[in-house]
Amino acid sequence: MALPPYVGPLGRTWHYGFRVACGLIFLFLIAPILVIIPLSFNAQPYFTFTHDMLALKASAFSLRWYQDIVGNPQWLHSIKNSFIVGTSATALATSLGTVAALGLSRSHMPYRSAVMGLLISPMIVPVIITAAAMFFFYSGIGLAQTYLGLILAHTALGTPFVVITVTATLVGFDHSLTRAAAMLGATPTRTFFKVTMPLILPGVISGALFAFVTSFDEVVVVIFLAGFEQRTIPRQMWAGIREQISPTILAVATLLIGFSIILMTALELLRRRNERLRGIHP
Amino acid sequence: MAELTADTTLITTADGQPLKLKLRQSTRINRIKAFALVVPLLVFILVTFAFPLADMLTRSVRDPTVAKLLPRTTEALKAWDGTGQPPDSVYLAIAEEMVARREDRTIGKVAGRLNYEITGARSLVQKTGRKLARREDLSNAREILTKIDRRWADPLLWRAIRRLSRPFTLAFYVSALDYTYNAAGKIVAQPEDRRIYIPLFLRTLWVSLSITGFCLLLGYPISYLMATLPLRTSNLLMIMVLLPFWTSLLVRTTAWVVLLQRQGVINDLLVWFGIIGDNERLQMIYNMTGTIIAMTHILLPFMVLPLFSVMKGISPSYVRAARSLGASPARAFWRVYFPQTVPGIGAGSLLVFILAIGYYITPALVGGRTGQLISNMIAYHMQKSLNWGLASALGGLLLVGVLALYWLYNRIVGINNMKLG
Repeated sequence: MALPPYVGPLGRTWHYGFRVACGLIFLFLIAPILVIIPLSFNAQPYFTFTHDMLALKASAFSLRWYQDIVGNPQWLHSIKNSFIVGTSATALATSLGTVAALGLSRSHMPYRSAVMGLLISPMIVPVIITAAAMFFFYSGIGLAQTYLGLILAHTALGTPFVVITVTATLVGFDHSLTRAAAMLGATPTRTFFKVTMPLILPGVISGALFAFVTSFDEVVVVIFLAGFEQRTIPRQMWAGIREQISPTILAVATLLIGFSIILMTALELLRRRNERLRGIHP
Repeated sequence: MAELTADTTLITTADGQPLKLKLRQSTRINRIKAFALVVPLLVFILVTFAFPLADMLTRSVRDPTVAKLLPRTTEALKAWDGTGQPPDSVYLAIAEEMVARREDRTIGKVAGRLNYEITGARSLVQKTGRKLARREDLSNAREILTKIDRRWADPLLWRAIRRLSRPFTLAFYVSALDYTYNAAGKIVAQPEDRRIYIPLFLRTLWVSLSITGFCLLLGYPISYLMATLPLRTSNLLMIMVLLPFWTSLLVRTTAWVVLLQRQGVINDLLVWFGIIGDNERLQMIYNMTGTIIAMTHILLPFMVLPLFSVMKGISPSYVRAARSLGASPARAFWRVYFPQTVPGIGAGSLLVFILAIGYYITPALVGGRTGQLISNMIAYHMQKSLNWGLASALGGLLLVGVLALYWLYNRIVGINNMKLG
């Protein structure tokens, strides 16, 4: 966007000054994340750039912290746990949330706003309160320090995202399609899987991604509810930052950044597909 | 005309029922069907989330420890009128029950519970229990107890025990609001130097407000830039907002630890540029500064996303019209553009504020001693001091605050308009 020729020196200064300020803000947003990546290849156990690193000497870089992850059973176990809990909670949250969203989007739904408020409350209540409440209750019924307890807790935290994304997709849904399917003799189940599901799939998948990330990134409930056996990646990082900070954490962080880039790309592709399907062009 | 009206009242369905009735039936069936779809999730949330929350809130007003562990004392104290020393039956009951609790190793719980309200009660109970266990005959319990410690003769101690023996209590909310029971059992404010929670609540509010302010200050210009640039460029810039948004919270907090610590990247840069000497490195982490910087970074995307979506919808022709009518750029911005972005400012600020006020992880990791917020105090009482009633009361107060803000958010923005990514 070039400036028109009639802009005076003051306007010109303002224009470029504003751009520089915005550039600095973007730097503030992105730099902390980018700094971690080269530091994770540090050959020395420091959290800053050594002189050799700045001189780009090959000896200053190494993969030792990545080897550390692979050689450490605790990290491997926590990675496994994160995926077990994350996928189970996502599957449960997505199925419960999608069905509920279908009900909530029907025009006959009674007490819609009250029910909606209750269903998305796990997203609103500060997670420390949720974690404390679940700790009391789940210990009382023997679910504390079990995988099941953790999965149920993460499912509860993830469902609001599924409900919100799927109801948003259903806003533009043409209900005459399901009526047409019913008129042509399809059972409600068949209508759901053959007509409704393919159309709302982008919303369902992005809801599932949100639910997965919620579980994958969650640490407060894990601190309160999980035992040593159920430690997830964030829990392990939490312990690492608090107790024995080592550059292994940076290596894990770099892997997680890569993972979030993949998730972000997936979500963006879904959003575009959804817009294309619904005929919205940017 | 008359014929037509008669006809409409008599319209029936194929099986001969009046249409009105049939319609009402089918509406009811539809309502039940819609509700049935929601029921599984509703039940799930009620059982795994809402019920535990309600259970925790009852903990903040209910504490059966004393009534359960000292049942006979509790019963005997009911007969006491609260003046002078309690009757012999009370002394006998508590003496025998202290011996019994010492045997089943629950005397520590009693001592701990009394200690929250009565200074020094822990050691008093432990010591008395220990000495009583050596006695064979407890029949003149009053004399034995007062001989072990003179405090057992004090009616104030007994009044406190009687207060604690009631299963329903406001004591936790009283302590959570920095009040206490005085010697006469009246609720009075804590002395200035012993107030902990109200200053902490105020600090949490103040920190959340400043984080919201910083987020607005940083978020507004970049949202404006992205909303005015061509789509291709703004999409690229959006990635810089979304990448932090999708990156794990722990990763971002780690990043700030790495950047801000004394031997960290920012201090190294400052030393390298010669702005500060090597021995005057700045302490930017493990204090309030660290909490505010890291949380501003973490919450900034929550400000940018609603602001951007509002700004995207503002047509550029309004500002152009203002300019062509002779307004200076600043005036056109302030009088025409800015008012249209107020809904976005409201949505973003409330969202950031609600999230900040209940934040736990980041203050715990980078806040040090001075950068702690109310959530950290709740965690402390949950895990370290084990005063669960107080933790629940603090949680209850925080919850009320957040729900009130959320209600406001719902009035201004509406939950259905909440944007995700």
